[in-house]
Amino acid sequence: MSRPELQAPPEIYYGDVEAKKYTNNTRVQQIQADMTYRALELLNLPPDQPAFLLDIGCGSGLSGEILDEEGYHWVGCDIAPSMLEVALEREVEGDLFLQDIGQGFGFRPGSFDGAISISVIQWLLNAETSHPTSSPPHRLTRFFTTLHAALKNPSRAVLQFYPSSDDQIQLITSIAMKAGFGGGIVVDYPNSKKAKKVYLCLFVGGGGGAQQQLPKGLEGDEEAEARAQFEKRRERLRSREKSGKRKNIKDRDWILKKKEVSMILSRL
Amino acid sequence: MVRLITHNILACHAKGCTSNNFPLQFQDVSIELREAEFNADFLRGFLPRLEWPALVGAARQLGDTSLPEEQPEMIDDEFLQKLHHVLLEIHVEEGAMVCPNCKHVYPISNGIPNMLLAEHEIG
Repeated sequence: MSRPELQAPPEIYYGDVEAKKYTNNTRVQQIQADMTYRALELLNLPPDQPAFLLDIGCGSGLSGEILDEEGYHWVGCDIAPSMLEVALEREVEGDLFLQDIGQGFGFRPGSFDGAISISVIQWLLNAETSHPTSSPPHRLTRFFTTLHAALKNPSRAVLQFYPSSDDQIQLITSIAMKAGFGGGIVVDYPNSKKAKKVYLCLFVGGGGGAQQQLPKGLEGDEEAEARAQFEKRRERLRSREKSGKRKNIKDRDWILKKKEVSMILSRL
Repeated sequence: MVRLITHNILACHAKGCTSNNFPLQFQDVSIELREAEFNADFLRGFLPRLEWPALVGAARQLGDTSLPEEQPEMIDDEFLQKLHHVLLEIHVEEGAMVCPNCKHVYPISNGIPNMLLAEHEIG
């Protein structure tokens, strides 16, 4: 099946039926949750300081629910009214906006401590009309410049998206840099077809002595880790394996006994 | 669910509307009060980002006069409680927000403001 963003504009594609289907699909829920946790990790917010975040393309609030659970205050925006309606039904805590991110934001400078976006910005790559303000570079420029202004210094924006070519990554990254952002692309599980995820990890400020550094993508193979996992959880698992509390069942005595049994059997 | 915390960071983003475009004026609003969890650290962290006169003005427009005209220098618990109520517990459900400069109307329905611009208004 072709990619959703090639079929119709988002506010049409995610109509009433598709919005419900999307939100109730447990596989979608799981993937969205994993990516939200990973995005929060990449956001690298200072601990024990309650943050005010922007969820770009919040949809039906799948990521917003996680922001609620983690104790963040947030504002979400989406262009699909049906998705926002589902978000209302699910009673998320954040304030919701009906907004086309390609038209830019009107937030005052320095309003947010960070921004996340899960599976959204690939939608900005399709022109819906021939009007000049409808061209992808124009919309991306509007989006990134107004987003940059709305974030405080220093902070980060982490945007997971599904590029369909390297040219798209190049276009998006170059416009983000022109809007004043630092940072770049982080790829998790680059060698896995299924688990591979692309995050645009953008920095606002942070110059001088404490230069912000681009985090590393997660690695590993797809069989061992079919889906992206939260890094802390992974470390916990690994340390449990290392501590080796479980005794090996097939120890020396077991092998000797097994040999003896087979000897007896062969003599019969 | 337009709360005053969100209203306080929101300016008009129509094309060419760059001055006197804040704060948006409420029009024909209906509000609902909903309790929210009190978090003093969050409020203290957010305080420097607030446009105080705009917040007081908006609160009065919605019928809440608990905040002082001038931002107090002493931040005590009683003040934070009032601020908490104004910022996070008053929800505008219906009505509109109007730009003081270009008069663009952002309608609010079901608690969701419609921020979409027409083609000729896009910057």
